[in-house]
Amino acid sequence: MPIYSEKVMDHFTNPRNVGEIENADGIGEVGNPVCGDMMTFYIKVKDNRLEDVKYKTFGCGAAIAVSSMVSELAKGKTLEEAMEITPKSVAEELHGLPQNKFHCSNLGAQALHLAIEDYRKKQKAGEQAAPHCPYCDAEGTTDDDPLCQACKTTVEYCPHCGAPLAKDEKTCSSCGH
Amino acid sequence: MEMKKVYLDNTATTPVLPEVRYTMLPYLTDSFGNPSCLHEWGDIPRDGIEAARGQVAELIGGSQEEIIFTGNGTESNNFALKGLAMAQQKKGKHIVVSAIEHFSVLNSAKTLEKWGFEYTTVPVDKDGIVNPEDVRKAIRDDTILVSIMHANGEVGTIEPIKEIAKITKEKGVLFHTDAVASTGNIPVNVKEMGVDALSLAANMFYGPKGVGALWLKKGTRIMPLLDGGIQEGGRRAGTENVAGIVGMGKAAELARQEMVTRRTKMMQVRDYLLKEVPARISHVIVTGHPQNRLPGHASFCIEFIEGESMLMLLNAKGVGVTSGSACTSRALQASHVLLAMGLPHEIAQGSLLFGLGIDTTKQDIDYVLEVLPPIVERLRQMSPLYSKFIKLGTGG
Repeated sequence: MPIYSEKVMDHFTNPRNVGEIENADGIGEVGNPVCGDMMTFYIKVKDNRLEDVKYKTFGCGAAIAVSSMVSELAKGKTLEEAMEITPKSVAEELHGLPQNKFHCSNLGAQALHLAIEDYRKKQKAGEQAAPHCPYCDAEGTTDDDPLCQACKTTVEYCPHCGAPLAKDEKTCSSCGH
Repeated sequence: MEMKKVYLDNTATTPVLPEVRYTMLPYLTDSFGNPSCLHEWGDIPRDGIEAARGQVAELIGGSQEEIIFTGNGTESNNFALKGLAMAQQKKGKHIVVSAIEHFSVLNSAKTLEKWGFEYTTVPVDKDGIVNPEDVRKAIRDDTILVSIMHANGEVGTIEPIKEIAKITKEKGVLFHTDAVASTGNIPVNVKEMGVDALSLAANMFYGPKGVGALWLKKGTRIMPLLDGGIQEGGRRAGTENVAGIVGMGKAAELARQEMVTRRTKMMQVRDYLLKEVPARISHVIVTGHPQNRLPGHASFCIEFIEGESMLMLLNAKGVGVTSGSACTSRALQASHVLLAMGLPHEIAQGSLLFGLGIDTTKQDIDYVLEVLPPIVERLRQMSPLYSKFIKLGTGG
């Protein structure tokens, strides 16, 4: 009996969604050449859904089939739904994987989850980059309206680099001027 | 139309030649007797075994009573390492092996370590060659046995056995060589080599699986692995695999008679493959020694991709090969041979091994050269290592 199921062979010989996404919203990388399998997943997110999922994989037939299956399962799902894809569910969808391949090659779900986490981290960082009052940390100050509604202080900006200045700050902590 | 099939995994096993099969058949039918029996049912199989012993001895330049039939190459290696070490232990408890030995040698050494022995592993160079001077340095006062293979089945490299034997002789240490990959394929002569014990297996030279032999120099003491009756002079108890042994004998006879023609033919086709793969695919490394290698052996590392996926896609095209990648081995570890030769893991993972046979034609190789490049290209297109290389390579 061949070591791989027909489904594995199908995804291995005709892998779906192979490639990279330029300006991906999230990237997840797992594995290393020592163990023999490496996967990089790229995701594009729109309205909390995985609009596109692509990957590049270095590894055995199982690793390639797993990547393909994960991309197919994840596409169109909400981020929460995609986080529920597990190595076990991937193996089941592939009609089983050889026992010794289950752990080393079944890294697709992990790579996808890392890509989603990467996206969420970027989102959070992006939110933090949105204008916050440098004095009381409340949201809502803008360049047009430098008066913070929370602490009623007028925010001052460094004339050199535009970073908000701390209260009574003489030199800008961002650019040193 | 039926798909073309090309079997290029003769280092895993050769097929059984029809002449060998015909020689075996009577021992699976009418001549079924137990060779230990004294009635006429025992006579024929006993004669069959003794004739085979002569044929095998002749192939390696030994004498008939020095051949002990075993179950396979692995058993022969286990027998040599454990049997010789246990029989010599009063003299000392240290043995020397090379880093690229077969697991049946390396793991026997590990077992001996558990039994209170010590062992030293000598390195190999980038072509997989053991430096005899390293063996000299590894030999201590309490060394009793050196085991270095004749040829490596994975990279094809042939080791300087004669030079090593001079050193072991000078030092008064027993020398075993695992000649499983080489016997029947290149000249093997125990006297010229100067060894004390040599392992061989029938399925490496068109004999059946499940039968091997250990040649043991007359007068060398060995502890049996199997205790029981007095088969094989009491050194390997148990009812013999009569048909297998007879088949091994016939295969040995044919290998000896046809060696020159087989080798010449195989090397011609092999050299074509060795030359054309790197010419048609970029970033390919030929592994093993460029000249000092087994005649049917061609091995490569194809960069940026992994061996098992190549193997599986080649299989889908009707080509049977093997790889030393982690994914291919059941232990999921990259080949210890390639790593010992200094190749980094990511390159060792791209190992691909072609074991040509006596019937492999240039047309077979042309077919491989036609199907392999698109497979490599396809896997590279989906490899993160390749895209990183391309980005860095173009100054990105």
